[in-house]
Amino acid sequence: MYFTYIRRELRRRLKQSLVIALGLALGIALVITVSSASAGVKNAQRQVLHSLYGVGTDMTVTRTATRSQVGPQRLRGFGGAPPAGGARHIARSVLHPEPGSATLPASDVAKVSSLSGVAAASGGLVLTDTSFSGVIPSAGGGFGGSGSSTTKPSFSLNSFTVDGVEIGAGAVGPLTRTQVTRGSYFSAADASASVAIVSATYAHQHGLQVGSTIHVAGKKLKVIGIANVSSGAADVYLPLATAQKLADLKGKITTVFVSVSSASHVSTVAAEVKAALPSATVSTSADLANEVSGALSSASTLTSSLGRWLSVAALAVAFLVAGLLMMATVSRRVREFGTLKAIGWRTRRIVAQVVGEGLALGLLGGLVGIAVGIAAAVAISAVAPSLGATVGSSFATGGGFGPLVGGRVAGSGPFGGARTVLVHLTAPLQAHTIAIALGLAVAGGLVAGAFGAWRAARLRPADALRSVG
Amino acid sequence: MYELIDVRKTFKRGPTEVHALDGVDLMVGEGEFLAVQGPTGQGKSTLLLLLGGLDRPTSGRVLFEGRDLAKLQEAELAPLRASAFGFVFQTFNLIPTLTAQENVETALVAARIPVSERRAFALEVLDDLGMADRATHLPSELSGGQQQRVAIARALVKQPRVLLADEPTGNLDEQTRDEIVGLLEQLWRDRGITLVVVTHDSAVARRAQQRAVIENGRVKLPEVTTPAPRGRVVHPSGVSRP
Repeated sequence: MYFTYIRRELRRRLKQSLVIALGLALGIALVITVSSASAGVKNAQRQVLHSLYGVGTDMTVTRTATRSQVGPQRLRGFGGAPPAGGARHIARSVLHPEPGSATLPASDVAKVSSLSGVAAASGGLVLTDTSFSGVIPSAGGGFGGSGSSTTKPSFSLNSFTVDGVEIGAGAVGPLTRTQVTRGSYFSAADASASVAIVSATYAHQHGLQVGSTIHVAGKKLKVIGIANVSSGAADVYLPLATAQKLADLKGKITTVFVSVSSASHVSTVAAEVKAALPSATVSTSADLANEVSGALSSASTLTSSLGRWLSVAALAVAFLVAGLLMMATVSRRVREFGTLKAIGWRTRRIVAQVVGEGLALGLLGGLVGIAVGIAAAVAISAVAPSLGATVGSSFATGGGFGPLVGGRVAGSGPFGGARTVLVHLTAPLQAHTIAIALGLAVAGGLVAGAFGAWRAARLRPADALRSVG
Repeated sequence: MYELIDVRKTFKRGPTEVHALDGVDLMVGEGEFLAVQGPTGQGKSTLLLLLGGLDRPTSGRVLFEGRDLAKLQEAELAPLRASAFGFVFQTFNLIPTLTAQENVETALVAARIPVSERRAFALEVLDDLGMADRATHLPSELSGGQQQRVAIARALVKQPRVLLADEPTGNLDEQTRDEIVGLLEQLWRDRGITLVVVTHDSAVARRAQQRAVIENGRVKLPEVTTPAPRGRVVHPSGVSRP
């Protein structure tokens, strides 16, 4: 009787029932979509932070170069005068720290490791390989003359990013064992060997495979592994000692990657590191997240503020409309409920009937909302819009020296500038989101039912039945 | 069975204060058939609501089997309405989404009778009233007279001691009116229940054992018209009571 009564009443007022259920469905769908998109943005942020920061890293320690330390990079072997007559081929490359970054002594790693609250620390060199090749015409008198040579000057400048990785550092640093998908990770025997691991993207772009050869700072290195790293991470990874040798930075590092024993200790440990290494710059993941700008930052703001408030507003409106409609429905059924009271139904039984109707509408709205929300989340993941995350734009805009980001200074080339990473937005569905949505649907139904029940409980059957005096 | 002592009922209808009952004294014996007559708006339905424990008097006492209904809590009144009183309304007041059988069952829901017994009782009463073949029909699929029969079945299924009918023939044509009045009279005679019918129809009132006229909130001219019935009451389920 209870369920039959509910089912038939909802069917009798089909239009109104659909309005209530669809209103709740809209709110629920928004909650799921926004929550999923928000989770996607967080994933994207994590991806960006990993790419710029290092896996398992809670903070990095770097040193910012003073203006006197940031001079124009001279390419090794470049700058000689061309011989008289004919053209001169020049091909030079240099491995250097990124502009704006200065080196730290490798012994700083041990200092950081010894601090309480530090779980692990490893040193790394964050470098850029810049290679120049070209043909310089000789006109008997050098550049600019009106010589007899017909050779036109041509230049090409290429650069790629290189990270020196401390072998045996465990799960903290720019590259970890688990990221190597083909070939092998560095072994202890590779500590100063001429070997490299390249990112999958770089390998694809340059047709590299395990066993191929690449040139870093003009030296031949054998590719022993391909790593699946995030967009924006380094192109090539070398054992730290090899990188130090090639960059002529023996005993030096640019970054200490630090893993903290507990997330709540990050700020405390950051202060300890700052005290131990006064000239160093300590960047936590929170600092880096604050430096992220661009479309990803906008998406984050959108989901965290506008999206959340939109969901709350939609839910509140849906709850209110559902409640008011239920109240109106009960008002129209005064005679019906008055009759039921006259034949002995207790108020609580009538209230249970009204709440049951609200709950049924809530569940219906919840199921529709969850279906729509899932469809929207799947659609977002299918379209996977690209979001750009820009770090360190202040450097690019000339606002001074940008922050060091995971040791890789804000700037992706030898000439500096903001570093932009492209990530694809997904909207991963999470079980707890669905559970919350279902809970909200039930709550919405209960709210609607409670509005109606409040009206029903206040009904005076005598008023309903006093039709003829 | 009923004793009303100086019952007054005042309520507001918009800005106006209505004195529906203004010092009513009335006695209704067990097994009596009382017809309450009077023009529209003179307090007939208000009197019926007080007799059914659905409203409380502004002052005075409404004694049912010695208990003052005005002083009972809602928790005490609900079981009384579920077992002792049966209501029949002018507009039938059937639940539009429930079938005839389900409508009759609603009266047993309040009495907390198990589902299987509810169905059996409802069908038996409908059968007694010649409505067995309409048990699965919705009210909208029934004529006015059939709907009123279902409403009477709903009132009777719980074996009430009192049947309170508010203009039970008000929405029926003359032929159906006679059928329904005949049915009520037969039930009163066969089952020995106390029957109070509010009506403005003299043809209905003439069938009653006792008539009372309400005018300006006061009961006038009570007169006995028919001898009271005597006999055993047999419930459709076979349960009998004296």
